[in-house]
Amino acid sequence: MSVQHETPAGSPAGRVPGERHATGYDDATRERLAADAAEIMARYPQERSALLPMLHLVQAEDGYVSPRGIAFCAAQLSLTTAEVSAVATFYTQYKRHPNGTYTVGVCTNTLCAVMGGDAIWEELTEHLGVDHDETTPDGAITLERIECNAACDYAPVVMVNWEFFDDQTPASAREVVDRLREGVPVAPTRGAASVCTFREMSRVLAGFPDGRADEGVGAGPATLRGTLLAKEKGWRAPDFPDVEHVQGDVSPSGGAPAGQARSEDAKPAATGAGPTPAGQQPGADPKVGAEESSAQRPATTPSDTSAESQQRRQRTDDAKES
Amino acid sequence: MTTLAPVLSAHWDADRSWTLATYEDNGGYRGLRRALNMQPADIVTMVKESGLRGRGGAGFPTGMKWGFLPAPDGGPRYLVVNADESEPGTCKDIPLMMASPQALVEGVAITSYAIGCTHAFIYVRGEVLHVYRRMLRAVEEAYEAGYLGKDILGTGVDLDVTVHAGAGAYICGEETALLDSLEGLRGQPRLKPPFPAVAGLYARPTVVNNVESVASVPGILVGGASWFTSMGTERSAGHGLFSLSGHVERPGQYEAPLGITLRELLDMAGGVRAGHQLKFWTPGGSSTPIFTAEHLDVPLDYESVGKAGSMLGTRALQIFDETVSVVRAVTRWMAFYKHESCGKCTPCREGTYWLLQVLQRIEAGQGTSGDIDLLLDLCDNILGRSFCALGDGATSPVTSAVQYFREEFEAGTHTPADVLFPPERSARFEYTPRRRTQLAGVHA
Repeated sequence: MSVQHETPAGSPAGRVPGERHATGYDDATRERLAADAAEIMARYPQERSALLPMLHLVQAEDGYVSPRGIAFCAAQLSLTTAEVSAVATFYTQYKRHPNGTYTVGVCTNTLCAVMGGDAIWEELTEHLGVDHDETTPDGAITLERIECNAACDYAPVVMVNWEFFDDQTPASAREVVDRLREGVPVAPTRGAASVCTFREMSRVLAGFPDGRADEGVGAGPATLRGTLLAKEKGWRAPDFPDVEHVQGDVSPSGGAPAGQARSEDAKPAATGAGPTPAGQQPGADPKVGAEESSAQRPATTPSDTSAESQQRRQRTDDAKES
Repeated sequence: MTTLAPVLSAHWDADRSWTLATYEDNGGYRGLRRALNMQPADIVTMVKESGLRGRGGAGFPTGMKWGFLPAPDGGPRYLVVNADESEPGTCKDIPLMMASPQALVEGVAITSYAIGCTHAFIYVRGEVLHVYRRMLRAVEEAYEAGYLGKDILGTGVDLDVTVHAGAGAYICGEETALLDSLEGLRGQPRLKPPFPAVAGLYARPTVVNNVESVASVPGILVGGASWFTSMGTERSAGHGLFSLSGHVERPGQYEAPLGITLRELLDMAGGVRAGHQLKFWTPGGSSTPIFTAEHLDVPLDYESVGKAGSMLGTRALQIFDETVSVVRAVTRWMAFYKHESCGKCTPCREGTYWLLQVLQRIEAGQGTSGDIDLLLDLCDNILGRSFCALGDGATSPVTSAVQYFREEFEAGTHTPADVLFPPERSARFEYTPRRRTQLAGVHA
């Protein structure tokens, strides 16, 4: 069997020799996926915007971005397969070969690495016998080095199918992967009650909720440190002024008196046809299209011309030749 | 002494804090009701007067950004919320959306009304599954309650909101790359001008705002501009989330007026971990030049941090004590920039690759006498020579680390960093490293 047409849901999604998904979906599957794809496209004013979620959908079906999945997206969006592949290869969450049931990501960006992420990485690579972007032979786990995942106050962090496992140690991370391989449910520290599979996760990322948003905590202990400290000390932001006072404050540009009862003519310009469009009020002096970000800077910097820089460049050039 | 001022984080400890019911019980959606009684232009003015500046890093005045939109021409205008939080060290928007997603939804509704947008997008990075679940559910709840959808609260105002998941790319936090990604393309920055205000999503006028910026809008609507400016400094008004991480006793989120100092925040967080001293820190993520103990009293507002030679950025305060090799830290950051450079601009694509190679040999104790100058020269050839700020950001840790800790780079010509600074001394737990002196941060 060199070409597998169907991967039954729930089967290990690891690298299966010969599994290529090179031919298309069967009619029933394509019909089901096309209905999902139509739902995704309907969320956007232009259908091409549906491509990223649609690639997540393909991963939900095949466990990776398969050739048939690329062909499916291309057909749905009237693109070439090359155009779809160009996008799929840009983003790290799209897998080019069958992914394990669980992606285990160890943050090895600077802060997590320093706090112990490197040690966790060493432990897991040795324990699982796989390296970055490799899958265990049982198809359970794909191990990844990951970049900062916005949980630095819980460093070192491990993500399993992009759920948070905070404040990890080599021993705790090892226990997590052992349980995953045994098929025992594993609960993240901040997230759903248990980790779902890679395919289930991919379907959520395609924008199809799994009804688990209300599971888990609202915030972990580090998230709450400031909130609770402020309560303990009695620190508060300034009180909101009382509503009457505030309403008196706010009719700066001479429009309809703020705070007046809503009436038909006060109905504003949500459709862009209003009498006082944003951007035309007094005081809005910056020109449309003018520089708007401090990240914008001219292509030349003062250091291009400074004597110090010239000297440094000369020294560097010398060093290169030495 | 400056104290904390929880606004966005005030009710994160509430039972089921993420639900609409909890949000309403704590005063939620008063801001939207008030906004719908106002003229859109007056809301823009109010936010301008509040002095709210972008909380995503650049610090551009939010109200002014809204004001850049050209006059309505009858076609669509868009709000896109940048929820692609990925800057190393930055961890404020993700917990905000997990604990209190309705604050963002309310901010989206108000902002959309103010700029005349009827379809807004929230671009959440794809690597935070539960946060994406919470945002989807929050938007669904807001529709059910009539805060979104057709004829919001009976005012005739319409707004649809789409929550979109990314797929793993730091560069998509750059606003024009984010727009390309949202259009279903590779996430690469666009040449500006035209700016998104003129030609953004689908080449239509678009406002791109950070999560915390948008979530701060409802409070301004309820409290008024003067309430907001009663916090912070004259040019850096209001409250902001300060995220302490690393070698600090009680890491976490501390919401305070802008202008608070690291010394004050460290006091609240129990100080640097016991028995150790502060060595270096980032004021706003890895792309902002590092600071040292001499900067403990710099007020953390846009102007003061800039004057001291760095940037306020995202207020991601990563704390490193004396056990940490600055060479190791910078090398690992460079591995990140090299990995995440989108490849569009040669100076960034090739420069980060070169910088990493040079840094790796310094980390391994195999640097040459010319390597420090070579690093600085490479930085000179990246800074200001790429479309977006990624390349610029990549040079910040290098140039600042050489400025403050040149001797550690010099030591890299003869001694590996992990001999000078054994990594096990920095970790949160005890362990014995298996390998010494390996090249770090190599991505497959």
